[in-house]
Amino acid sequence: MTDKKIFGVTALFNDPNAIIAAARKVASSGFTKWDVNSPYPIHGIDKAMKMKPSKLGIVTLIFGLSGAALALILMWWTMSVDYPMIIGGKPYFSLPAFIPVTFEITVIMATLSTVVAMFAFFFGLPRNSHALHDTDYMKKVSRDHYGIVIEATDPNFDEKATLQFLKDLKPLSTEIIYHSEKETYPIFEPRFIGLLLGVAVVVSIGTYLMLNKLMYIVPFDWMDKQAKVIPQSGSEFFADGRGMRLPVEGTVAKGFIPYPFEGQTNPTEVLSNPYFPTKESLELGERKFLTYCSPCHGNYGDGDSRLAGQFPNPPTLHSDRARSFSDGMIYHIITVGQNVMPSYASQVTRDERWAIVNYIRALQRAKNATDSDLNFVKAE
Amino acid sequence: MSTDYSVEAPVVGGRLTIAQIEELVAKPMDTKPDKKFFLALTISGTALLIGAVCLLYTFYYGIGMWGNNQPVSWGFGIVNFVFWVGIGHAGTLISAILFLLRQRWRTGIARFAEAMTIFAVMCAGIFPIIHTGRPWLAGYLTPYPNQHGLWVNFTSPLVWDVFAVSVYFTVSLVFWYTGLIPDFATLRDRTTSKIKKTIYSIFSLGWRHSSRHWLHYEKAYVILAGFATPLVLSVHTIVSFDFAVSIMPGWHTTIFPPYFVAGAIFSGFAMVVTVLVFVRKIFDLQNIISIDHLEKMNKVILATGMMVGYAYSMEFFIAWYSGVQFEQFVFINRAFGPYAWAYWIMVSCNVFFPQLFWFKKIRRSIPAMIVIVLLVNVGMWFERFVIVVTSLHRDFLPSSWGMFTPTLYDAGILLGSFGLFFTLVILFTKALPVVSIAEVKAVADGAQPTHHRGEHHD
Repeated sequence: MTDKKIFGVTALFNDPNAIIAAARKVASSGFTKWDVNSPYPIHGIDKAMKMKPSKLGIVTLIFGLSGAALALILMWWTMSVDYPMIIGGKPYFSLPAFIPVTFEITVIMATLSTVVAMFAFFFGLPRNSHALHDTDYMKKVSRDHYGIVIEATDPNFDEKATLQFLKDLKPLSTEIIYHSEKETYPIFEPRFIGLLLGVAVVVSIGTYLMLNKLMYIVPFDWMDKQAKVIPQSGSEFFADGRGMRLPVEGTVAKGFIPYPFEGQTNPTEVLSNPYFPTKESLELGERKFLTYCSPCHGNYGDGDSRLAGQFPNPPTLHSDRARSFSDGMIYHIITVGQNVMPSYASQVTRDERWAIVNYIRALQRAKNATDSDLNFVKAE
Repeated sequence: MSTDYSVEAPVVGGRLTIAQIEELVAKPMDTKPDKKFFLALTISGTALLIGAVCLLYTFYYGIGMWGNNQPVSWGFGIVNFVFWVGIGHAGTLISAILFLLRQRWRTGIARFAEAMTIFAVMCAGIFPIIHTGRPWLAGYLTPYPNQHGLWVNFTSPLVWDVFAVSVYFTVSLVFWYTGLIPDFATLRDRTTSKIKKTIYSIFSLGWRHSSRHWLHYEKAYVILAGFATPLVLSVHTIVSFDFAVSIMPGWHTTIFPPYFVAGAIFSGFAMVVTVLVFVRKIFDLQNIISIDHLEKMNKVILATGMMVGYAYSMEFFIAWYSGVQFEQFVFINRAFGPYAWAYWIMVSCNVFFPQLFWFKKIRRSIPAMIVIVLLVNVGMWFERFVIVVTSLHRDFLPSSWGMFTPTLYDAGILLGSFGLFFTLVILFTKALPVVSIAEVKAVADGAQPTHHRGEHHD
């Protein structure tokens, strides 16, 4: 008995009038760490216990107002800044149309914060390990009795004197409550850890199946497999087995200019560069070079892209052979392709091709600069 | 039959002591379910299963299985949605509005009505999601940062709906659970079963019935009720915006928000009475859910029924008074067109039959009230049917007029929603206290100190 730590002493009553009178006496005797337990709120117990009114409303106010502000800011930002769209002729920031959502967010923030704050911060719940649990006292006040508990942590507490003080209030019975002897942490029990592991495994397998298997099963793959002709794919509908239709014979695309040098190896004598290497031309050439050429030839034309070694190595553009090409020859290679390099005619327009040629020339010059070139820089 | 209205009837009849109240309410949880329970569960479960099968067919083949088509593109899906959301409103009205109005008779029915709110909103929530055709993409309805750079359209009533219904469900659930916590603690302390004790302990959060906690708890309850009151009004208002914000004749009217809210309370009370009449009999709760309480609910049904009737006539008046040809046509077509039968079912069930509640004898007679509230349930479902179908089936262009023919799958899913609702209700009656133990104890005779009585009533 002596090694048990005392939690407090309790007294039980079965008359609401008696508990009010008893609470008044305890409150006026200078105790601070004490409480009244009852199966339902008793009218007037707050005054008898000299409790201050609840300040819970402050939490509600703060979170309710923040909810309203957050909702309005979200709607203003999404509807007028991030993705502005005119809908129904309304302005981007259409306050009347934003009222319903603002109201709902205010309500949910205010109510959830109030309840969570009350249980978690005002009461310190959930807490099933409190010393009062599983006592006869708790079972009685849970049903139809009213009880007073004075805790041992109260500065005025003295086991015998306080017990006598409670007995003088003429309760039905009194009881001394002890802390339970040893604290148990069922969280660390092997069975509980096993359960957690089991849940983790089930959830992982479930997630895997959902994402990797379920999405390929009818009807979840209907977004992926649709009854329509996919470009470049075949179709049994047409006699020629093609999904896409060929243009009518003799059709000429808009803006089409024939390229008469197809199949020739070196049409240099006729093809000459119509553009000077102006700043604009070089900038355009750089952009297009970085988009279409650099993936194989490298950012500076060194043939050092990440494709090197995986493919027939893309050649450097700074070899003597490449440097000896005329402008027209480079243009011709871009247009019709060479070895494994395909034609880029459909991706890069003629003007852009000439701009790329100018840019390659600039690269070649820069990569093979001589000391005398510094004189130009110095002269400027 | 000698009811004296000049004195307030006792909230808890039969001079029950506090302990007796607890025994009575906790009895279904202490005893094993009997045959009748399983019979009821089988019936509702069958209905639920039929709905589930119809729903699976719909998921597999798409909503072409339903009767929805042009011009009536909003068929049963939206009718059922509005119907079930409406049913839910009575619970919040009873638990929040009557709480703020200090109506002590609400204590006996509040818990059950709140549970019905939650179950009805669950039924309602299914319908807009399945009506989208691809329910597995419902996540797109929430505004979240995504790689498409897209946001939901916050100026659309359909998005307001998403917010209103989900907030309503969450707040109702929190309100309900907050009320349940002291009862979980009471059940925890009275049970002898170890498993039950563990479950109740977890859900009671270790509640200790402390007066220092009760102080904040009562404050929180007032705050929650204060928020739930405008919330419940906002939800059906926003549901009515789905219609009123459009430019369809028959929908585009400013009377819709109050008209919908009154109709929601009307249908919700009818459903609460329908279920409570059986629950109080089966669980022997006649003293806690007394005939006086049922009579008060019947009065609410009478009052809201007349509000709904007023709305029906006002719609007609405005159609004539506005001078808009299309509006006039829609209303004449409603009452005398091909869907006149639906219109007159609605008017007779919602306006004429509830008038019988003017008679005290009928108001206090269980068989009569069962018949009338069932008629009201039917009438209110038809009200939504009339609003959705008759407005759409003949709009501006006579060349695109058509009729709406629901399919068996439509009917099966509607049946399934009733199955879901009643399955949840039946499981609830056995799993949780159907009456708030703490609240009813607090209003029992002799539960409060005598010198405080009269000083401040609540």
